[in-house]
Amino acid sequence: MFADIRTVVWRDWLVLNRRLGRFILSRMVSPILYLIAFGWGLGSQIQVQGGSYLDFIVPGILALNSMIMSFNAVGTPVNMSRLYYKTIEEYQIAPIAATSFVIGKIVSGIIRGTISSLVIILLSFAFGATLTVHGWFWLVLLLNCALFAALGFVAAMMMNSHEEMANFNTYILTPMSFLCATFFSTDRLPSFLHYLVEILPLTHASKALRLAGHNQDPSLLSVGILLGYFLTFLLIGVWQMKRIKG
Amino acid sequence: MIQIKNLRKEYGNRTVLNNVSLSIEKGEIFGLLGPNGAGKTTLIRILTMLASHSGGAITINNLQLPEEARKIKSLLGCVPQHLNLDGELTAWENLELHGRLHHIPMQERRQRIDELLEYVELSDRAADMASTFSGGMKRRLMIARALMHRPKILFLDEPTVGLDPQVRRRLWDLILSLNHQGLTVLLTTHYIEEAEALCQRVAILEKGKLVITGTPADLRCKVGQYAVEWTESDGIKFRFFTVRAEAVTFMNSLDTSTTLRNTNLEDVFVELTGRKVRE
Ligand SMILES: Nc1ncnc2c1ncn2[C@@H]1O[C@H](COP(=O)(O)OP(=O)(O)O)[C@@H](O)[C@H]1O
Ligand SMILES: [Mg+2]
Repeated sequence: MFADIRTVVWRDWLVLNRRLGRFILSRMVSPILYLIAFGWGLGSQIQVQGGSYLDFIVPGILALNSMIMSFNAVGTPVNMSRLYYKTIEEYQIAPIAATSFVIGKIVSGIIRGTISSLVIILLSFAFGATLTVHGWFWLVLLLNCALFAALGFVAAMMMNSHEEMANFNTYILTPMSFLCATFFSTDRLPSFLHYLVEILPLTHASKALRLAGHNQDPSLLSVGILLGYFLTFLLIGVWQMKRIKG
Repeated sequence: MIQIKNLRKEYGNRTVLNNVSLSIEKGEIFGLLGPNGAGKTTLIRILTMLASHSGGAITINNLQLPEEARKIKSLLGCVPQHLNLDGELTAWENLELHGRLHHIPMQERRQRIDELLEYVELSDRAADMASTFSGGMKRRLMIARALMHRPKILFLDEPTVGLDPQVRRRLWDLILSLNHQGLTVLLTTHYIEEAEALCQRVAILEKGKLVITGTPADLRCKVGQYAVEWTESDGIKFRFFTVRAEAVTFMNSLDTSTTLRNTNLEDVFVELTGRKVRE
Protein backbone atom coordinates (compact mmCIF):
# COMPACT_ATOMS: atom_id res chain seq x y z
CA MET A 1 0.00 0.00 0.00
CA PHE A 2 2.81 2.40 0.82
CA ALA A 3 4.43 1.62 -2.55
CA ASP A 4 1.15 2.35 -4.33
CA ILE A 5 0.73 5.67 -2.57
CA ARG A 6 4.26 6.52 -3.61
CA THR A 7 3.46 5.66 -7.23
CA VAL A 8 0.48 8.01 -7.26
CA VAL A 9 2.56 10.80 -5.72
CA TRP A 10 5.48 10.05 -8.06
CA ARG A 11 3.30 10.73 -11.09
CA ASP A 12 2.00 14.03 -9.71
CA TRP A 13 5.44 15.14 -8.60
CA LEU A 14 6.83 14.40 -12.06
CA VAL A 15 4.23 16.68 -13.60
CA LEU A 16 4.70 19.42 -10.99
CA ASN A 17 8.49 19.26 -11.10
CA ARG A 18 8.45 19.92 -14.82
CA ARG A 19 7.01 23.37 -14.23
CA LEU A 20 8.08 24.03 -10.69
CA GLY A 21 9.59 27.42 -11.54
CA ARG A 22 6.45 28.67 -13.20
CA PHE A 23 4.37 27.18 -10.43
CA ILE A 24 6.26 29.04 -7.72
CA LEU A 25 6.21 32.29 -9.66
CA SER A 26 2.45 32.10 -10.19
CA ARG A 27 1.98 31.33 -6.49
CA MET A 28 3.65 34.63 -5.58
CA VAL A 29 1.19 36.94 -7.29
CA SER A 30 -1.87 36.92 -5.05
CA PRO A 31 0.03 36.79 -1.72
CA ILE A 32 2.06 39.84 -2.79
CA LEU A 33 -1.17 41.67 -3.58
CA TYR A 34 -2.66 40.71 -0.22
CA LEU A 35 0.50 41.76 1.59
CA ILE A 36 0.63 45.13 -0.17
CA ALA A 37 -3.06 45.91 0.17
CA PHE A 38 -3.68 44.65 3.69
CA GLY A 39 -0.20 44.66 5.13
CA TRP A 40 1.24 47.89 3.89
CA GLY A 41 -1.81 49.80 2.75
CA LEU A 42 -4.46 49.08 5.35
CA GLY A 43 -2.09 47.70 7.96
CA SER A 44 -0.10 50.90 8.41
CA GLN A 45 -3.26 52.56 9.70
CA ILE A 46 -4.59 49.98 12.16
CA GLN A 47 -3.59 47.79 15.06
CA VAL A 48 -5.23 44.49 15.94
CA GLN A 49 -5.07 42.71 19.29
CA GLY A 50 -2.14 44.83 20.28
CA GLY A 51 0.03 43.90 17.30
CA SER A 52 0.50 45.05 13.74
CA TYR A 53 -2.21 44.16 11.24
CA LEU A 54 0.42 42.58 9.00
CA ASP A 55 1.30 40.08 11.73
CA PHE A 56 -2.40 39.48 12.24
CA ILE A 57 -3.26 38.66 8.66
CA VAL A 58 -0.22 36.62 7.56
CA PRO A 59 -1.55 33.47 9.30
CA GLY A 60 -4.95 34.20 7.78
CA ILE A 61 -3.49 34.52 4.31
CA LEU A 62 -1.58 31.29 4.85
CA ALA A 63 -4.72 29.48 5.95
CA LEU A 64 -6.80 30.64 3.02
CA ASN A 65 -4.03 30.15 0.49
CA SER A 66 -3.21 26.62 1.60
CA MET A 67 -6.92 25.87 1.49
CA ILE A 68 -7.32 27.05 -2.09
CA MET A 69 -4.07 25.52 -3.28
CA SER A 70 -4.60 22.08 -1.80
CA PHE A 71 -8.24 21.98 -2.80
CA ASN A 72 -7.56 22.85 -6.41
CA ALA A 73 -4.37 20.80 -6.66
CA VAL A 74 -6.52 17.72 -6.13
CA GLY A 75 -9.99 18.82 -7.19
CA THR A 76 -9.30 20.09 -10.69
CA PRO A 77 -7.05 17.29 -12.01
CA VAL A 78 -9.05 14.47 -10.42
CA ASN A 79 -12.29 15.91 -11.77
CA MET A 80 -10.84 16.30 -15.27
CA SER A 81 -9.27 12.86 -15.10
CA ARG A 82 -12.58 11.30 -14.14
CA LEU A 83 -14.82 13.17 -16.58
CA TYR A 84 -12.71 14.03 -19.61
CA TYR A 85 -9.35 12.30 -19.87
CA LYS A 86 -10.50 9.09 -18.17
CA THR A 87 -6.95 8.59 -16.95
CA ILE A 88 -8.41 7.60 -13.59
CA GLU A 89 -9.26 4.25 -15.23
CA GLU A 90 -5.55 3.40 -15.28
CA TYR A 91 -5.66 3.38 -11.48
CA GLN A 92 -9.01 1.60 -11.36
CA ILE A 93 -7.90 -1.32 -13.53
CA ALA A 94 -4.62 -1.67 -11.64
CA PRO A 95 -4.42 -4.10 -8.72
CA ILE A 96 -4.14 -1.33 -6.12
CA ALA A 97 -6.46 -0.33 -3.28
CA ALA A 98 -8.82 2.63 -3.65
CA THR A 99 -7.39 3.96 -0.40
CA SER A 100 -3.88 4.13 -1.88
CA PHE A 101 -5.12 6.28 -4.73
CA VAL A 102 -7.03 8.65 -2.47
CA ILE A 103 -4.17 9.04 0.00
CA GLY A 104 -1.68 9.49 -2.84
CA LYS A 105 -3.74 12.31 -4.31
CA ILE A 106 -4.09 13.96 -0.90
CA VAL A 107 -0.33 13.79 -0.36
CA SER A 108 0.17 15.47 -3.77
CA GLY A 109 -2.25 18.19 -2.67
CA ILE A 110 -0.35 18.65 0.59
CA ILE A 111 2.91 19.02 -1.34
CA ARG A 112 1.49 21.79 -3.53
CA GLY A 113 -0.17 23.51 -0.60
CA THR A 114 3.04 23.39 1.42
CA ILE A 115 5.22 24.74 -1.38
CA SER A 116 2.95 27.70 -1.89
CA SER A 117 2.76 28.26 1.87
CA LEU A 118 6.55 28.35 1.99
CA VAL A 119 6.52 31.00 -0.71
CA ILE A 120 4.15 33.11 1.38
CA ILE A 121 6.11 32.66 4.60
CA LEU A 122 9.28 33.87 2.88
CA LEU A 123 7.43 36.76 1.24
CA SER A 124 5.85 37.86 4.50
CA PHE A 125 9.27 37.95 6.16
CA ALA A 126 10.39 40.14 3.28
CA PHE A 127 7.44 42.42 4.06
CA GLY A 128 8.60 42.64 7.66
CA ALA A 129 6.15 40.33 9.39
CA THR A 130 7.18 38.63 12.61
CA LEU A 131 6.10 35.04 12.78
CA THR A 132 7.37 32.00 14.59
CA VAL A 133 7.21 28.93 12.42
CA HIS A 134 7.79 25.65 14.14
CA GLY A 135 6.13 22.58 15.63
CA TRP A 136 2.43 23.43 16.03
CA PHE A 137 2.56 25.87 13.17
CA TRP A 138 3.64 23.20 10.68
CA LEU A 139 1.28 20.66 12.12
CA VAL A 140 -1.74 22.94 11.71
CA LEU A 141 -0.64 24.02 8.24
CA LEU A 142 -0.19 20.44 7.06
CA LEU A 143 -3.51 19.45 8.60
CA ASN A 144 -5.22 22.31 6.82
CA CYS A 145 -3.65 21.26 3.50
CA ALA A 146 -4.63 17.63 4.07
CA LEU A 147 -8.19 18.56 4.98
CA PHE A 148 -8.78 20.66 1.89
CA ALA A 149 -6.93 18.25 -0.40
CA ALA A 150 -9.34 15.58 0.85
CA LEU A 151 -12.29 17.93 0.32
CA GLY A 152 -10.96 18.60 -3.20
CA PHE A 153 -11.05 14.86 -3.83
CA VAL A 154 -14.60 14.54 -2.52
CA ALA A 155 -15.76 17.45 -4.68
CA ALA A 156 -13.97 16.06 -7.75
CA MET A 157 -15.80 12.76 -7.40
CA MET A 158 -19.15 14.43 -6.74
CA MET A 159 -19.24 17.23 -9.31
CA ASN A 160 -20.20 16.19 -12.80
CA SER A 161 -18.78 19.05 -14.79
CA HIS A 162 -16.04 21.58 -14.79
CA GLU A 163 -18.67 24.22 -14.17
CA GLU A 164 -19.93 22.57 -11.01
CA MET A 165 -16.35 22.48 -9.74
CA ALA A 166 -16.09 26.21 -10.37
CA ASN A 167 -19.33 26.70 -8.47
CA PHE A 168 -17.91 24.82 -5.53
CA ASN A 169 -15.12 27.37 -5.46
CA THR A 170 -17.51 30.30 -5.78
CA TYR A 171 -20.10 29.21 -3.24
CA ILE A 172 -17.99 27.44 -0.67
CA LEU A 173 -14.31 28.28 -0.79
CA THR A 174 -14.51 31.99 -1.58
CA PRO A 175 -17.01 32.80 1.21
CA MET A 176 -14.87 30.80 3.64
CA SER A 177 -11.74 32.62 2.57
CA PHE A 178 -13.33 35.93 3.61
CA LEU A 179 -15.36 34.93 6.64
CA CYS A 180 -13.17 32.49 8.51
CA ALA A 181 -11.08 34.75 10.75
CA THR A 182 -8.65 35.31 7.93
CA PHE A 183 -8.71 39.11 7.72
CA PHE A 184 -10.45 40.01 10.95
CA SER A 185 -11.29 38.64 14.35
CA THR A 186 -14.67 36.90 14.38
CA ASP A 187 -15.51 38.11 17.90
CA ARG A 188 -17.51 41.07 16.73
CA LEU A 189 -19.58 39.29 14.09
CA PRO A 190 -23.36 39.16 14.72
CA SER A 191 -23.97 36.07 16.83
CA PHE A 192 -25.71 33.90 14.20
CA LEU A 193 -22.85 34.48 11.80
CA HIS A 194 -20.36 33.93 14.58
CA TYR A 195 -21.74 30.47 15.27
CA LEU A 196 -21.85 29.59 11.60
CA VAL A 197 -18.25 30.65 11.15
CA GLU A 198 -17.19 28.71 14.24
CA ILE A 199 -18.18 25.40 12.67
CA LEU A 200 -16.19 25.99 9.49
CA PRO A 201 -12.75 24.37 9.38
CA LEU A 202 -10.91 27.35 7.96
CA THR A 203 -11.79 29.45 11.03
CA HIS A 204 -9.96 26.99 13.21
CA ALA A 205 -7.03 26.82 10.86
CA SER A 206 -6.71 30.63 10.90
CA LYS A 207 -7.01 30.88 14.67
CA ALA A 208 -4.65 28.00 15.35
CA LEU A 209 -2.08 29.32 12.90
CA ARG A 210 -2.35 32.77 14.42
CA LEU A 211 -1.70 31.48 17.92
CA ALA A 212 1.12 29.19 16.82
CA GLY A 213 2.63 31.97 14.73
CA HIS A 214 2.71 34.16 17.81
CA ASN A 215 4.48 31.49 19.78
CA GLN A 216 1.47 30.23 21.73
CA ASP A 217 -0.15 26.81 21.78
CA PRO A 218 -3.25 26.63 19.59
CA SER A 219 -6.43 25.34 21.18
CA LEU A 220 -6.62 21.58 21.06
CA LEU A 221 -10.26 21.92 20.14
CA SER A 222 -9.29 23.68 16.91
CA VAL A 223 -6.73 21.01 16.06
CA GLY A 224 -9.24 18.31 16.90
CA ILE A 225 -11.86 19.89 14.66
CA LEU A 226 -9.41 20.08 11.76
CA LEU A 227 -8.45 16.46 12.29
CA GLY A 228 -12.11 15.45 12.46
CA TYR A 229 -12.91 17.19 9.18
CA PHE A 230 -9.87 15.61 7.54
CA LEU A 231 -10.78 12.07 8.58
CA THR A 232 -14.39 12.58 7.52
CA PHE A 233 -13.44 13.80 4.04
CA LEU A 234 -10.86 11.03 3.71
CA LEU A 235 -13.43 8.36 4.50
CA ILE A 236 -15.97 9.86 2.11
CA GLY A 237 -13.29 10.00 -0.60
CA VAL A 238 -12.37 6.35 -0.17
CA TRP A 239 -16.01 5.35 -0.19
CA GLN A 240 -16.58 7.35 -3.41
CA MET A 241 -13.56 5.80 -5.09
CA LYS A 242 -14.81 2.32 -4.23
CA ARG A 243 -18.29 2.86 -5.61
CA ILE A 244 -17.27 4.82 -8.68
CA LYS A 245 -18.33 1.84 -10.87
CA GLY A 246 -21.36 2.64 -13.00
CA MET B 1 -10.71 -18.67 -20.38
CA ILE B 2 -13.74 -16.39 -19.95
CA GLN B 3 -17.16 -17.77 -19.08
CA ILE B 4 -20.11 -15.41 -19.12
CA LYS B 5 -23.52 -16.73 -18.02
CA ASN B 6 -26.78 -14.82 -18.32
CA LEU B 7 -25.08 -11.50 -17.89
CA ARG B 8 -27.44 -8.60 -17.34
CA LYS B 9 -26.76 -4.92 -17.04
CA GLU B 10 -29.32 -2.25 -16.36
CA TYR B 11 -28.86 1.48 -16.21
CA GLY B 12 -31.93 2.70 -14.37
CA ASN B 13 -34.77 0.87 -16.06
CA ARG B 14 -32.92 0.58 -19.35
CA THR B 15 -31.53 -2.87 -20.12
CA VAL B 16 -28.16 -2.57 -21.82
CA LEU B 17 -27.14 -6.24 -21.67
CA ASN B 18 -29.86 -8.83 -21.75
CA ASN B 19 -28.92 -12.38 -20.68
CA VAL B 20 -25.65 -12.56 -22.55
CA SER B 21 -23.94 -15.96 -22.36
CA LEU B 22 -20.58 -16.38 -23.97
CA SER B 23 -17.43 -18.37 -23.60
CA ILE B 24 -14.05 -17.32 -24.88
CA GLU B 25 -11.38 -19.94 -25.35
CA LYS B 26 -7.72 -19.72 -24.55
CA GLY B 27 -5.61 -18.50 -27.46
CA GLU B 28 -8.34 -17.23 -29.75
CA ILE B 29 -9.17 -13.83 -31.14
CA PHE B 30 -12.82 -13.37 -30.39
CA GLY B 31 -14.73 -10.57 -32.07
CA LEU B 32 -17.76 -8.86 -30.64
CA LEU B 33 -19.62 -7.23 -33.47
CA GLY B 34 -22.45 -4.81 -33.25
CA PRO B 35 -23.66 -1.34 -34.13
CA ASN B 36 -23.10 1.66 -31.89
CA GLY B 37 -25.02 1.39 -28.66
CA ALA B 38 -25.25 -2.41 -28.81
CA GLY B 39 -23.53 -2.77 -25.44
CA LYS B 40 -20.02 -3.82 -26.51
CA THR B 41 -18.20 -1.26 -24.40
CA THR B 42 -20.45 -1.97 -21.44
CA LEU B 43 -19.53 -5.67 -21.66
CA ILE B 44 -15.80 -4.87 -21.71
CA ARG B 45 -16.18 -2.44 -18.82
CA ILE B 46 -17.88 -5.13 -16.78
CA LEU B 47 -15.14 -7.64 -17.60
CA THR B 48 -12.45 -5.14 -16.56
CA MET B 49 -14.43 -4.25 -13.42
CA LEU B 50 -14.87 -0.63 -14.37
CA ALA B 51 -18.60 -1.26 -14.23
CA SER B 52 -20.67 -3.59 -12.11
CA HIS B 53 -23.25 -6.00 -13.48
CA SER B 54 -26.87 -6.37 -12.48
CA GLY B 55 -27.09 -10.13 -12.84
CA GLY B 56 -25.40 -13.28 -14.10
CA ALA B 57 -22.04 -14.87 -13.44
CA ILE B 58 -18.57 -14.32 -14.87
CA THR B 59 -15.45 -16.36 -14.36
CA ILE B 60 -12.07 -15.53 -15.82
CA ASN B 61 -9.47 -18.31 -15.64
CA ASN B 62 -11.83 -19.99 -13.16
CA LEU B 63 -11.73 -16.96 -10.88
CA GLN B 64 -15.05 -15.43 -9.85
CA LEU B 65 -15.64 -11.83 -10.83
CA PRO B 66 -15.81 -9.50 -8.97
CA GLU B 67 -14.89 -11.46 -5.80
CA GLU B 68 -11.35 -12.17 -6.95
CA ALA B 69 -10.83 -8.76 -8.50
CA ARG B 70 -7.16 -8.38 -7.58
CA LYS B 71 -6.11 -11.70 -9.09
CA ILE B 72 -8.20 -11.14 -12.20
CA LYS B 73 -6.84 -7.64 -12.73
CA SER B 74 -3.31 -8.88 -13.19
CA LEU B 75 -4.50 -11.31 -15.89
CA LEU B 76 -6.17 -8.61 -17.95
CA GLY B 77 -4.85 -5.97 -20.28
CA CYS B 78 -7.25 -3.37 -21.56
CA VAL B 79 -7.17 -0.89 -24.42
CA PRO B 80 -10.32 1.20 -23.97
CA GLN B 81 -12.32 2.77 -26.78
CA HIS B 82 -11.44 6.33 -25.80
CA LEU B 83 -7.83 7.46 -25.75
CA ASN B 84 -6.87 7.66 -22.10
CA LEU B 85 -3.13 8.11 -22.07
CA ASP B 86 -1.77 10.55 -19.53
CA GLY B 87 -1.09 13.55 -21.74
CA GLU B 88 1.11 15.20 -19.13
CA LEU B 89 3.54 12.29 -19.19
CA THR B 90 5.91 11.09 -21.89
CA ALA B 91 5.44 7.77 -23.66
CA TRP B 92 8.09 6.22 -21.43
CA GLU B 93 6.53 7.64 -18.28
CA ASN B 94 3.09 6.34 -19.25
CA LEU B 95 4.53 2.83 -19.38
CA GLU B 96 6.57 3.36 -16.23
CA LEU B 97 3.43 4.46 -14.34
CA HIS B 98 1.57 1.39 -15.51
CA GLY B 99 4.50 -0.84 -14.55
CA ARG B 100 4.65 0.65 -11.07
CA LEU B 101 0.89 0.34 -10.59
CA HIS B 102 1.20 -3.33 -11.49
CA HIS B 103 4.12 -3.88 -9.12
CA ILE B 104 6.68 -4.93 -11.73
CA PRO B 105 10.16 -4.81 -10.19
CA MET B 106 12.31 -1.96 -11.52
CA GLN B 107 14.87 -3.95 -13.52
CA GLU B 108 12.21 -5.94 -15.30
CA ARG B 109 10.01 -2.86 -15.74
CA ARG B 110 12.68 -0.83 -17.48
CA GLN B 111 13.58 -3.73 -19.74
CA ARG B 112 9.95 -4.36 -20.60
CA ILE B 113 9.41 -0.69 -21.50
CA ASP B 114 12.29 -0.73 -23.98
CA GLU B 115 11.09 -4.00 -25.42
CA LEU B 116 7.51 -2.83 -25.88
CA LEU B 117 8.37 0.59 -27.27
CA GLU B 118 10.48 -1.24 -29.82
CA TYR B 119 7.64 -3.64 -30.54
CA VAL B 120 5.09 -0.91 -31.24
CA GLU B 121 7.73 1.12 -33.10
CA LEU B 122 7.78 4.09 -30.77
CA SER B 123 11.33 3.82 -29.41
CA ASP B 124 12.39 7.08 -30.98
CA ARG B 125 9.43 8.89 -29.40
CA ALA B 126 9.93 7.56 -25.86
CA ALA B 127 10.75 10.97 -24.40
CA ASP B 128 7.93 12.85 -26.14
CA MET B 129 4.74 13.85 -24.42
CA ALA B 130 1.91 11.44 -25.20
CA SER B 131 -0.34 14.40 -25.96
CA THR B 132 1.73 15.18 -29.07
CA PHE B 133 1.11 11.76 -30.66
CA SER B 134 -1.14 11.00 -33.65
CA GLY B 135 -4.18 8.76 -33.22
CA GLY B 136 -2.40 5.64 -34.47
CA MET B 137 0.62 6.26 -32.25
CA LYS B 138 -1.58 6.79 -29.22
CA ARG B 139 -3.40 3.54 -29.90
CA ARG B 140 -0.09 1.68 -30.24
CA LEU B 141 1.20 3.18 -27.03
CA MET B 142 -2.02 2.15 -25.31
CA ILE B 143 -1.50 -1.40 -26.53
CA ALA B 144 2.09 -1.35 -25.24
CA ARG B 145 0.82 -0.06 -21.93
CA ALA B 146 -1.81 -2.79 -21.68
CA LEU B 147 0.89 -5.41 -22.32
CA MET B 148 3.36 -4.12 -19.69
CA HIS B 149 2.34 -6.60 -17.00
CA ARG B 150 2.19 -9.57 -19.41
CA PRO B 151 -1.58 -10.12 -19.29
CA LYS B 152 -3.07 -13.41 -20.45
CA ILE B 153 -6.10 -11.75 -22.01
CA LEU B 154 -6.20 -8.52 -23.97
CA PHE B 155 -9.36 -6.48 -24.43
CA LEU B 156 -9.41 -4.16 -27.41
CA ASP B 157 -12.44 -1.90 -27.63
CA GLU B 158 -12.81 -0.63 -31.19
CA PRO B 159 -9.04 -0.47 -31.61
CA THR B 160 -9.02 0.98 -35.11
CA VAL B 161 -11.82 3.52 -35.03
CA GLY B 162 -10.84 6.72 -36.77
CA LEU B 163 -7.56 5.43 -38.20
CA ASP B 164 -6.31 5.55 -41.80
CA PRO B 165 -6.50 2.28 -43.75
CA GLN B 166 -2.70 1.78 -43.69
CA VAL B 167 -2.47 2.49 -39.98
CA ARG B 168 -5.35 0.11 -39.41
CA ARG B 169 -3.56 -2.69 -41.28
CA ARG B 170 -0.44 -2.15 -39.21
CA LEU B 171 -2.51 -2.52 -36.08
CA TRP B 172 -4.10 -5.69 -37.42
CA ASP B 173 -0.63 -7.17 -37.97
CA LEU B 174 0.29 -6.20 -34.43
CA ILE B 175 -2.82 -7.87 -33.02
CA LEU B 176 -2.23 -11.02 -35.06
CA SER B 177 1.38 -11.26 -33.93
CA LEU B 178 0.34 -10.90 -30.29
CA ASN B 179 -2.15 -13.69 -30.78
CA HIS B 180 0.54 -15.89 -32.34
CA GLN B 181 2.51 -15.45 -29.14
CA GLY B 182 -0.37 -17.02 -27.25
CA LEU B 183 -2.37 -14.02 -26.09
CA THR B 184 -6.15 -14.43 -25.93
CA VAL B 185 -7.82 -11.41 -27.49
CA LEU B 186 -11.35 -10.08 -27.14
CA LEU B 187 -11.98 -7.26 -29.54
CA THR B 188 -15.06 -5.27 -30.31
CA THR B 189 -15.66 -3.63 -33.62
CA HIS B 190 -18.33 -2.35 -35.89
CA TYR B 191 -16.09 -2.87 -38.91
CA ILE B 192 -17.05 -6.16 -40.49
CA GLU B 193 -13.76 -6.36 -42.45
CA GLU B 194 -11.89 -6.18 -39.19
CA ALA B 195 -13.73 -9.14 -37.73
CA GLU B 196 -13.22 -11.10 -40.97
CA ALA B 197 -9.51 -10.32 -41.03
CA LEU B 198 -8.73 -11.07 -37.40
CA CYS B 199 -11.24 -13.20 -35.59
CA GLN B 200 -11.41 -16.94 -35.26
CA ARG B 201 -14.85 -16.60 -33.75
CA VAL B 202 -17.34 -13.78 -33.61
CA ALA B 203 -20.55 -12.96 -31.82
CA ILE B 204 -23.12 -10.47 -32.99
CA LEU B 205 -24.57 -8.25 -30.32
CA GLU B 206 -27.60 -6.15 -31.00
CA LYS B 207 -29.47 -4.00 -28.49
CA GLY B 208 -27.85 -5.92 -25.66
CA LYS B 209 -28.80 -9.33 -26.98
CA LEU B 210 -26.48 -11.91 -28.46
CA VAL B 211 -27.90 -12.78 -31.88
CA ILE B 212 -25.46 -15.48 -32.92
CA THR B 213 -22.01 -16.87 -32.12
CA GLY B 214 -19.66 -18.88 -34.31
CA THR B 215 -16.77 -18.85 -36.73
CA PRO B 216 -17.19 -16.43 -39.64
CA ALA B 217 -17.61 -19.47 -41.90
CA ASP B 218 -20.33 -20.91 -39.64
CA LEU B 219 -22.18 -17.64 -39.75
CA ARG B 220 -21.96 -17.42 -43.52
CA CYS B 221 -23.27 -20.95 -43.86
CA LYS B 222 -26.14 -20.12 -41.55
CA VAL B 223 -27.62 -17.68 -44.06
CA GLY B 224 -26.21 -19.41 -47.14
CA GLN B 225 -22.76 -19.19 -48.59
CA TYR B 226 -23.79 -17.69 -51.93
CA ALA B 227 -25.29 -14.26 -52.24
CA VAL B 228 -27.21 -13.04 -55.25
CA GLU B 229 -27.47 -9.31 -55.45
CA TRP B 230 -29.60 -7.22 -57.76
CA THR B 231 -31.00 -3.73 -57.95
CA GLU B 232 -34.65 -2.77 -57.92
CA SER B 233 -36.20 0.67 -58.03
CA ASP B 234 -36.38 0.78 -54.21
CA GLY B 235 -32.84 -0.39 -53.54
CA ILE B 236 -30.41 -3.27 -53.56
CA LYS B 237 -31.88 -6.71 -52.90
CA PHE B 238 -30.16 -9.90 -51.72
CA ARG B 239 -30.97 -13.52 -51.56
CA PHE B 240 -28.78 -16.23 -50.07
CA PHE B 241 -28.32 -19.84 -51.16
CA THR B 242 -26.48 -22.81 -49.70
CA VAL B 243 -26.09 -24.51 -53.07
CA ARG B 244 -24.45 -22.70 -55.93
CA ALA B 245 -26.65 -24.28 -58.61
CA GLU B 246 -29.79 -22.97 -56.92
CA ALA B 247 -28.33 -19.49 -56.92
CA VAL B 248 -27.61 -19.71 -60.62
CA THR B 249 -31.13 -20.98 -61.39
CA PHE B 250 -32.54 -18.09 -59.40
CA MET B 251 -30.35 -15.59 -61.26
CA ASN B 252 -31.61 -16.89 -64.58
CA SER B 253 -35.19 -16.48 -63.43
CA LEU B 254 -34.69 -12.73 -62.90
CA ASP B 255 -34.66 -10.44 -65.88
CA THR B 256 -32.50 -7.70 -64.30
CA SER B 257 -28.71 -7.89 -64.11
CA THR B 258 -27.50 -9.79 -61.06
CA THR B 259 -24.23 -10.56 -59.33
CA LEU B 260 -23.22 -13.73 -57.62
CA ARG B 261 -20.70 -13.45 -54.78
CA ASN B 262 -19.66 -15.04 -51.53
CA THR B 263 -21.69 -14.09 -48.49
CA ASN B 264 -19.82 -11.86 -46.04
CA LEU B 265 -20.37 -11.01 -42.39
CA GLU B 266 -22.10 -7.80 -43.35
CA ASP B 267 -24.76 -9.89 -45.12
CA VAL B 268 -25.07 -12.10 -42.08
CA PHE B 269 -25.56 -9.09 -39.94
CA VAL B 270 -28.21 -7.52 -42.13
CA GLU B 271 -29.99 -10.83 -42.57
CA LEU B 272 -30.09 -11.65 -38.87
CA THR B 273 -30.88 -8.24 -37.47
CA GLY B 274 -32.62 -6.52 -40.33
CA ARG B 275 -30.24 -3.61 -39.89
CA LYS B 276 -27.02 -2.31 -41.32
CA VAL B 277 -24.07 -2.43 -38.97
CA ARG B 278 -23.34 1.22 -39.47
CA GLU B 279 -26.52 3.16 -39.53
N1 LIG C 1 -23.00 5.16 -17.72
C1 LIG C 1 -24.12 4.95 -18.46
N2 LIG C 1 -25.32 5.36 -18.01
C2 LIG C 1 -26.44 5.13 -18.73
N3 LIG C 1 -26.46 4.51 -19.92
C3 LIG C 1 -25.30 4.07 -20.42
C4 LIG C 1 -24.05 4.28 -19.73
N4 LIG C 1 -23.07 3.73 -20.47
C5 LIG C 1 -23.66 3.24 -21.58
N5 LIG C 1 -24.99 3.44 -21.56
C6 LIG C 1 -25.95 3.02 -22.59
O1 LIG C 1 -25.75 1.67 -22.85
C7 LIG C 1 -25.94 1.38 -24.21
C8 LIG C 1 -24.75 0.61 -24.72
O2 LIG C 1 -23.63 1.45 -24.79
P1 LIG C 1 -22.19 0.91 -25.18
O3 LIG C 1 -21.87 -0.26 -24.34
O4 LIG C 1 -21.26 2.06 -25.11
O5 LIG C 1 -22.39 0.47 -26.69
P2 LIG C 1 -21.31 0.16 -27.81
O6 LIG C 1 -19.96 0.12 -27.18
O7 LIG C 1 -21.73 -1.14 -28.38
O8 LIG C 1 -21.42 1.26 -28.81
C9 LIG C 1 -26.15 2.69 -24.92
O9 LIG C 1 -27.53 2.83 -25.17
C10 LIG C 1 -25.69 3.70 -23.91
O10 LIG C 1 -26.42 4.89 -24.04
MG1 LIG D 1 -18.35 1.21 -27.65
